[in-house]
Amino acid sequence: MISLTINGHLQQVDLDPDTPLLWVLRDHLKLTGTKYGCGQALCGACTVHLNGEAVRSCILPVSAAAGQKITTIEGLHAQGEHAVQRAWVQHEVPQCGYCQSGQIMSAAALLARNPHPTDADIDNAMAGNLCRCGTYNDIRAAIHTAAGQLSKGR
Amino acid sequence: MNSPQMHRRDFLRGSLASAGGLIVALQMPALAEGAPAPASASFAPNAFIRIAPDGAVTLVVSMAEMGQGVRTALPMILAEELDADWSRVLVEQAPVDPKYNHPLFHMQGTGGSSSVRAFYTPLRIAGASARAMLIEAAAHRWGVAPSDCSTETGVVIGPSGQRLPYGDLVAEAVTLTPPASPSLKSESQFRLIGHDIARTDTRSKVRGAALFGLDVDYPGLKTAVVARPPSLGARLVSFDATACKAVKGVHDAVAISSGIAVVADNFYAASKGRDALRIVWDESAGSTVSSDAIRAEMTQLLDATESRVARESGTITDGRGPRLESVYAAPYLAHACMEPMNATAYVQADRCEIHAPTQAPGVNRAVIAGVLGLKPEQVDVHQTFLGGGFGRRFCPDFVIAAVETSKLTGKPIKVVYTREDDMRGQYYRPAALARLSASLDEQGHPQSFVARAVCASITRASGMGKADDVDGQAVEGLASWPYRTPGLRVEWSEYRNGPGVWFWRSVGCSQNTFFAESFVDELAHAAQQDPYAYRRALLAEQPRLLAVLDLAAQKAGWDQPLPKGHARGIAVAESFSSYVAEVVEVSLADDGTPRVHKVVAAVDCGKIVNPAIVRRQVQSAVIYGLSAALYGEITLNAGRIEQGNFDSYPIVRMPAAPTIEVHLVDSHEAPTGIGEPGTPPLAPAVANALYALTGQRIRELPLKRLTRA
Repeated sequence: MISLTINGHLQQVDLDPDTPLLWVLRDHLKLTGTKYGCGQALCGACTVHLNGEAVRSCILPVSAAAGQKITTIEGLHAQGEHAVQRAWVQHEVPQCGYCQSGQIMSAAALLARNPHPTDADIDNAMAGNLCRCGTYNDIRAAIHTAAGQLSKGR
Repeated sequence: MNSPQMHRRDFLRGSLASAGGLIVALQMPALAEGAPAPASASFAPNAFIRIAPDGAVTLVVSMAEMGQGVRTALPMILAEELDADWSRVLVEQAPVDPKYNHPLFHMQGTGGSSSVRAFYTPLRIAGASARAMLIEAAAHRWGVAPSDCSTETGVVIGPSGQRLPYGDLVAEAVTLTPPASPSLKSESQFRLIGHDIARTDTRSKVRGAALFGLDVDYPGLKTAVVARPPSLGARLVSFDATACKAVKGVHDAVAISSGIAVVADNFYAASKGRDALRIVWDESAGSTVSSDAIRAEMTQLLDATESRVARESGTITDGRGPRLESVYAAPYLAHACMEPMNATAYVQADRCEIHAPTQAPGVNRAVIAGVLGLKPEQVDVHQTFLGGGFGRRFCPDFVIAAVETSKLTGKPIKVVYTREDDMRGQYYRPAALARLSASLDEQGHPQSFVARAVCASITRASGMGKADDVDGQAVEGLASWPYRTPGLRVEWSEYRNGPGVWFWRSVGCSQNTFFAESFVDELAHAAQQDPYAYRRALLAEQPRLLAVLDLAAQKAGWDQPLPKGHARGIAVAESFSSYVAEVVEVSLADDGTPRVHKVVAAVDCGKIVNPAIVRRQVQSAVIYGLSAALYGEITLNAGRIEQGNFDSYPIVRMPAAPTIEVHLVDSHEAPTGIGEPGTPPLAPAVANALYALTGQRIRELPLKRLTRA
């Protein structure tokens, strides 16, 4: 049995400790907001927070996440109204939307440690998240908007 | 070399006309939660509109939502003419049903940048017809003439200001006959069309709640991954699944038409089980297939005496100016949708249920009915959201794999392609080789233009259309050479070997516009003229191309100075009946890597339903084209595909993403395509800018490092 704290809830899972966290979330816990894109930490679609840091869940063995605080897109905000999510709505960022859970989780982690990112900071933090619909211009604008809203709320 | 893909794809030929029947709808409200009222109690004057007695308006979207915004644009058209209250409409994905057949394709499918183009008028008529019936019902109740009534946002208004909400009129409206030719609004009456209406799918997509194919769940669902032939034409000799079946969670390993399907409780077990399979393949068929060998064969076709003529006009004569001849090349490309291919199927004795991120439910129904020996109406296809499409999801290969595995195991099955499965799947934009030549007159204008392209036929590969003539999709972007030229000939030779090919965002224009728009840039420089002014002079009879060319040049400040080490390039093209010009600003990094800083696009796609969505589609098409121009290349060695994931097949990441400006022509022409037309001009505009910067003409994609001037 492996104990996981996911979105504030303690979960027990009985499975191969090598199983990537991504597939524990998706197949065992039915938290399908976190996406599979590459399986090799190349695309960022599977990004979740581990103790507040953005990590690629597709290469993280579930055993390495045991006892730690995991946040997925479903748990980022109870009503789906995190400043980043609101900014994504305001800027209408998603097109197909498949990569956007990962984009949002990377952006939220960036703003948690750097409330006023420059364009270069955003490029660095978001370089691991691919978007095949090419929403990068809107993502950048939405991150600046979210930063502004978060600093107003402080 | 032989081409094993051809056999696999024969299933499509002839089967597309046979889809038929009526089945149950998949309810997917997008704007609000809660089940719509049962259809029986509702006013449903056509397949696209349902109004419940409580006033709830449900609008049905027949096309696949893959990011291009059809779940917003198509309901907007209906709601406009219906005069529905947009803030309260429900959006529902259509079932597979001939009622939703594409008016141009004659089957249910999404592609060719055609959703708004094909459905604009039918949906306006559907909305207007329902509105006329609601007015008639209210007028009858009030005892007034329908012509004295009007509507606004879900309410009929009578001559003395009486008001009846649409829901209150359902009982009477269902008894009425739809009018033969309802009158449509004038553009000045539009409240929705032409406005930046928010997308209906944004909230679900920022919460991780939108249902993609990979997210489908089902009681008793098992996951399967398929071990596929590792090289072109590889044949299965034998396999031993002992170790595979010993993996915890693995249930079975079965041979299907595309490989060995490993069936397990979850993806990880299936994947480990596949790794444990011991398979013997005969790879002799593909052992000599390589990118170099393919190029050599295509070069033979380029140099051969015979070819098929796609377009010919005037007489080919030499002018008094210089003569130019250039050979261009473009590689195979994978679509690399962010959501890898997948499908869920449950085959039972007399029916089959499919949930899939497919662009073509109509194709799937016909093909799967054929595979299973069922009637089309026994095959139910539910469309989920698509994590990207770009043409790839028009092919039913992943649905067939799920159906075959379900039939053999008796279980509901979700087949999942890994990224590597997806990228090595051999549904590629065809590699192409082309020779372009022109003779200039004393003004430097082309006296003649001759082009010969060599590439595989997507029409033949897909079975969609006649393959014996010139494949129009192979020459589109070349045969449409728009520049005033007295003598013109465009030829095509079909390349029949190599990996399988398929529709890829902008299809033939994805390579041919690179060839044509780079070559016209060569002509301009040979004539010692500015590339923008040169195009202008030769497009006098092409007002819509000329207008976007001028708009892009003006907005980009074509004549304005740039920082040292920067240069601009321009390209313009018609595709999918739309017109796009792009001006690109580039520089070179210290190591010679091209950098694209800014793209200014000007677009004429006729009447625009939702400008915000159009602008974003163009941004998307630009980035898609830039990924291909900078990095995109599928190569083969000993029959194997050398790329597998985003390390070997890179796509543009945020640091390489340019600023993109999109300027829209305010047009009153019929709506035309927008999903694809932003892609073709991008690569030539970049290459032309790099020529302006370095003097090095790029005639082959993807771009390599350049030496600094």
